[in-house]
Amino acid sequence: MYQRAKYLPVGDNALLVEFGSTINLNINRRVHALDHVISKAKLKGVKECVPTYRSLLIYYDPSETSYEPLIFQTKDLEAKLDESSVFAHERVLEVPVVYGNEYGTDLGSVARYHGLQEDEVIRLHSGRDYTVYMIGFVAGFPYLGEVAEEIATPRLKTPRLRVPAGSVGVAEKQTGIYPCESPGGWQVIGRTPLKLFDIEKRPPTLVLPGDTVRFRPVGKEEFENLSRDE
Amino acid sequence: MSLKLCEVTKPGFFTTVQDLGRFGFQRYGVPVSGAMDTYALTAANLLVGNKPNDACLEITLIGPELLFLSEAQIALTGAAFFPTVNREMIACWQTLQIHKGEALSVGSPQNGCRAYLAVRGGINVPVVLGSRSTYVRGDFGGFQGRQLRTGDVLETHESTAPLTSGFSMPTEAVPEYTGELLVEVVLGPQTDCFTDRGLETFLSRARYEVTTDSDRMGYRLEGAEVERKGSMDIVSDAIPVGAIQVPRNGKPIILMRDAQTTGGYPKIAVITTPNVSRLGQAKPRDRIRFSKVSPSKAREGLLEYLKALSLLKGRLVASRL
Repeated sequence: MYQRAKYLPVGDNALLVEFGSTINLNINRRVHALDHVISKAKLKGVKECVPTYRSLLIYYDPSETSYEPLIFQTKDLEAKLDESSVFAHERVLEVPVVYGNEYGTDLGSVARYHGLQEDEVIRLHSGRDYTVYMIGFVAGFPYLGEVAEEIATPRLKTPRLRVPAGSVGVAEKQTGIYPCESPGGWQVIGRTPLKLFDIEKRPPTLVLPGDTVRFRPVGKEEFENLSRDE
Repeated sequence: MSLKLCEVTKPGFFTTVQDLGRFGFQRYGVPVSGAMDTYALTAANLLVGNKPNDACLEITLIGPELLFLSEAQIALTGAAFFPTVNREMIACWQTLQIHKGEALSVGSPQNGCRAYLAVRGGINVPVVLGSRSTYVRGDFGGFQGRQLRTGDVLETHESTAPLTSGFSMPTEAVPEYTGELLVEVVLGPQTDCFTDRGLETFLSRARYEVTTDSDRMGYRLEGAEVERKGSMDIVSDAIPVGAIQVPRNGKPIILMRDAQTTGGYPKIAVITTPNVSRLGQAKPRDRIRFSKVSPSKAREGLLEYLKALSLLKGRLVASRL
């Protein structure tokens, strides 16, 4: 974490508040805490905020506010920031996953990369709770962390053109779920039948930053049954 | 109530329904989408007496052919596509009356890339997450979440009364589209990932060519490599529309309206809002140069642009229908 947050102009209509340059839960909590208080404060002219791992991008309408007053107001809120209040909701989501075979085509290579059995990779991946750091990349894609060192694996050398919806992937110490079919370079180790993004719902995503996600290994049969229910 | 407007007899290369964009959902990974050339879409709407944000057709490189199923008032703006109605040339940037049974063929542009077709009352598609814009990769918005196909029937809002007289845009307010673009950028937020030589290459020496690997999501550019400090990417952060990211190969990528909302390549600069709209008309093989403006100058420029847009309606010239 930086000693002091960086305030940077982005283009002609946004302000970036950057708290650090790494994937780190304390940094991420500050990002979401600031996002939370800005939305509560209803600052005039603020149109939209985008929280990520380590920074908050604040879009504003220049006909309603301007850059300097916005920095001033944001710094004021940042000075009083209380991270403990934001993730108080403690939502836990259990995500059923069928690992390996045609559902997780890279499970074998991830296991080989680390000299593990496939079962051990499954046990390690499903054996801990993950925090949702942010939603990004495509609609509803949750970035989760962090996976055990023993299964942290680099991205594919050549990204796939098509990764099926529901695919559960690993990239370094991150894990995530593809909400829809899309190109992608993460190591796909399994698939969930859950629908992660729904345009009819508010919010449209199944999980939100700060939520806890727990993967539960299931068999093909349960996967197919759950798929029918979704 | 909805009214059948026209049937798509040829869909063109890539025709979608767009408005000014989908805001407030980037935090859920949803891109803003909306017209690539916001100025032209706004103008098209004003010419048929619509609100600036009503849904239009965005037409790309090869225009569609449409058979009108009812009387309609339309306007075509953006790149000059040489449109015809029943094989007779028609004018762009002005209101036109189309009769039931007439066939509009939008044609192809000499310069520029995209045309906008507004119809009085706006195109009636469901509002999804606050917008009628199509997001093709997400399969939602616009007409069934996809580009138009032969046989699709578009609808409009029946309740909108037709205009009694039309408008045309004064020549000074019609942009010229060329294959050479000088684009203003605000440096950052990750200039520290680049060497001084890299920044210099990007800003002063280089002329970049838009490659065929370009669409609503972004433009891959070919040209002098922008030198980075080391090969490390950044921990993903938010990507605004108009951001220019530079992957390890040093070739800049401009992120446009359907781009992913977050990404891990360092961003050398962000294009100003009015220039993003102009860049919406760039097509493969067009050439781009970048020039730096200070953040405060860019903000002034945006305010002037927004003011000009708000005054555009008052500049329309009355014309006969």
